[in-house]
Amino acid sequence: MTTPALAGPALAHPGRSAAHEFWSGVRDLAPLLLGVVPYGFVYGVLARASGIDAAAALAASAILFAGAAQFLLAQLVAAGALGAVMVAAVALVNLRHALYSASVAPHLAHLPLRWKLALSYLLTDESYAVAMRRLGDGDRSPSRHWHLLGAGVALWSGWQLATAAGVVLGARVPARLPLDVALPLTFIAIAVPMIRSRAMLAAAIAAGIVALAAAGWPWQLGLLAASLAGILAGALAAPRRAR
Amino acid sequence: MSLWLVILACGAVTFATRLSFVALEGRRAAPGWFRELLPFVPVATLTAIVVPALARPAAGGDAAGVPARLAAGAAAAALAAVTRSVPLTLAGGFLVLWLAS
Repeated sequence: MTTPALAGPALAHPGRSAAHEFWSGVRDLAPLLLGVVPYGFVYGVLARASGIDAAAALAASAILFAGAAQFLLAQLVAAGALGAVMVAAVALVNLRHALYSASVAPHLAHLPLRWKLALSYLLTDESYAVAMRRLGDGDRSPSRHWHLLGAGVALWSGWQLATAAGVVLGARVPARLPLDVALPLTFIAIAVPMIRSRAMLAAAIAAGIVALAAAGWPWQLGLLAASLAGILAGALAAPRRAR
Repeated sequence: MSLWLVILACGAVTFATRLSFVALEGRRAAPGWFRELLPFVPVATLTAIVVPALARPAAGGDAAGVPARLAAGAAAAALAAVTRSVPLTLAGGFLVLWLAS
């Protein structure tokens, strides 16, 4: 639109209604469901096989709404980790969401609190990636937060349905599923594509070495030590920024 | 701590993380050291889970042996690097696990 915003910001982009933004958010996210749905299904199956009952496995999807953290929780439940270690590990794995939060915050600053709460709940790797393409495109239409809502709702629906299918069907399927290998393989599928720099490789190597050395520690505390060692190694190996 | 309490606590922590800077309305940016550490969190944490899970014998009785698990992990890592697909990575990893054990 080239119309000057004579009537104020609310009419700056009359062509981009809330409904238009919402549905383009849904459409932009839809292709990602191809990866998310099998992933959610596998979570449902593995959560049941880890000894998590169906209600709790579904509740985790609704309450956490965080794939990697839910897999991690299933793994730690199966390993008999201390509750506090599970919470700390999930907090650590989900720390990256603070960066997403910082990055979308300027675009949501004008919204009422209920919008901030809802959009924060829906802020995941996928919805963030999709919504930032829209929020960062320079068009500051006042309805643009509806795009993030559409992407978030689409992802949320797909995730809940996929995990529910996994929980229901998984109760019969996985009697012989090698659970102790399935979860690590899933994490490999998530982590390896992220290793695209020497610093990232250093983080992985340091975390792996410390994890082996500390594997005998009680309550999976070695996991936290290894994770912190990896994070520090990555930061130290990262090229210094010019000041 | 019961599993339900753990799930609720994990949910609260996750939600608080996502809300953090949104609630601050973008008035404050994440501190620099925090931004420098954050990119390494997922890879470090996931590796810290994966390596001992594959390189140490399983607690259960009839699980696959360590060499087969390591072979499956190596195959999965190669597939993940090339395909970036979770289902393909799992399928390839399980195939190698089955062949090697």
